[in-house]
Amino acid sequence: MLELDKLVKIIGDGIDAGISALGLGPAWVVLVQLIVAAAVVLIFASLVVLFLVWWERKVSARFQMRLGPMRVGWQGTIQTIADALKLLQKELITPANVDRGIYFWAPVVTFVAALAVYVTIPFGKGLIVRDLNIGILYILSITTFTVIGLLMAGWSSNNKYALLGGFRSAAQVVSYEVPMALAVVGVIMLTQTLSMGEIVAQQQKFYQWYIWRQPLGFLIYLVAATAECNRTPFDLPEADSELVAGFVTEYSGMKFAMFFLAEFLNMFTVAAVATTLFFGGWNGPVLPSWAWFMIKTLLGVFVLMWFRWTYPRLRVDQLMSFAWKFLLPLAFINIVLTGLGIYIFKS
Amino acid sequence: MDTFSLAFYALAFLIIAAAIFVVTSKNIFHSAIYLILALFGVAGIYVLLQAPFLAAAQVLIYVGAVSMLMIFAIMLTARIADDSIRHTNEQVGTGLLVSLGLLAVIVYSLWQTPFPISAAPMPEGAGGTIGRLLLTQFVLPFEIVSVLLLGALIGAVVIAQKDKVRGVSEPPNTPLPKPAEKVAG
Repeated sequence: MLELDKLVKIIGDGIDAGISALGLGPAWVVLVQLIVAAAVVLIFASLVVLFLVWWERKVSARFQMRLGPMRVGWQGTIQTIADALKLLQKELITPANVDRGIYFWAPVVTFVAALAVYVTIPFGKGLIVRDLNIGILYILSITTFTVIGLLMAGWSSNNKYALLGGFRSAAQVVSYEVPMALAVVGVIMLTQTLSMGEIVAQQQKFYQWYIWRQPLGFLIYLVAATAECNRTPFDLPEADSELVAGFVTEYSGMKFAMFFLAEFLNMFTVAAVATTLFFGGWNGPVLPSWAWFMIKTLLGVFVLMWFRWTYPRLRVDQLMSFAWKFLLPLAFINIVLTGLGIYIFKS
Repeated sequence: MDTFSLAFYALAFLIIAAAIFVVTSKNIFHSAIYLILALFGVAGIYVLLQAPFLAAAQVLIYVGAVSMLMIFAIMLTARIADDSIRHTNEQVGTGLLVSLGLLAVIVYSLWQTPFPISAAPMPEGAGGTIGRLLLTQFVLPFEIVSVLLLGALIGAVVIAQKDKVRGVSEPPNTPLPKPAEKVAG
């Protein structure tokens, strides 16, 4: 089997031996191991985004009966690399009336928050940077920084479209975070743990997947998570037909690219969390665990793309009343039902 | 200095510096951002004290909800972030008295607390224990806080609603022409 956990262990032990040979303490070993892990995650994330951008363009093209990128490489596969190189070379324009400090830090905060989530995502057997015992709670809390970044961008740009985008994203994320967290609570009630590693370990067989016991929770999670990544039908923060590009209107070059990267990373995160919570994580027959994780997660991403290119955008008031008047009561009902179920089947 | 102290002092410096910027910053939006930094630093202290659940809750509630609503309120208030708006008032004496009183209370309670050091290992998953205590021993304060928040929520709705009704019945700065003038014209 092509499991990678042995390789990870060998590399980890190698670093341990190397650093210890230099006469440095265990703290340094942990530090170097974490830096290496962070570098690996960063490279992985970049590759994932490169693929997702190309895939999104291809999927959208197919949905609209077009071909999408075809020129650079086979089926336009290296189109994204060309685009990334173009973005790298572009001039970084800072408009005259922006709030410089906040304008500079906004993309950094957004991107770091999107990346920091990957610490507790179990990519496969033994492929988790840190299996924190608060895993899922950590993910829910770190993702809130993404919105802080968007708000900073919207406010500091000193542009009405950017500001409106910022408003909308704040209202949207504050609203949809609640049903999303409550949907996750349904699963946590069954797992009795917050650790991502243990949640995966509890779903080894196909019939143990939590989707079977939490179908309503999964639907709520899916809708709320789509809203959290600001994707259509919930893409009001950057509704291009009304707000130019929303909070990214005043950004160019690499700073723009960082928002772009964060958006695609968030989409991958949402699908990865759904895979872990509801679809058995990396468990699966024959294929190596990381392959199963990638297959399930990419299927989740495909569903999000499918939404985006099928549904029209909601109106702001529809968006808010949907979250508070429909999704939130439904999430409470789900929790009550889950509690009843646990009570009945335990006794 | 060991790594624990190093991390503690780095975090303490970050929190205090951010807190000073919160009160001295001329721009209220900057204050809000520095407040987030300070609250995040406190979460770091919790991590250092091996209370990850508390740290995550701190970030989720203070950064994710409270600060976000603050920023939202700032963004919705016209020209509040202008540098020309003062962030202080005349009541320096009263303010000093209240803050010194608060400081005295905090110092006194720190002085009085024995801070026992337990040799027992860290309990795995403090979340369960916290949840159990909240619904048994501390159920009354927990419920009182809930009712308080509900009251604040309803109050906010009432205030917002009043504005809306007034806005509909008498639009500001547009006096309606008197019927008599209309006839005359």
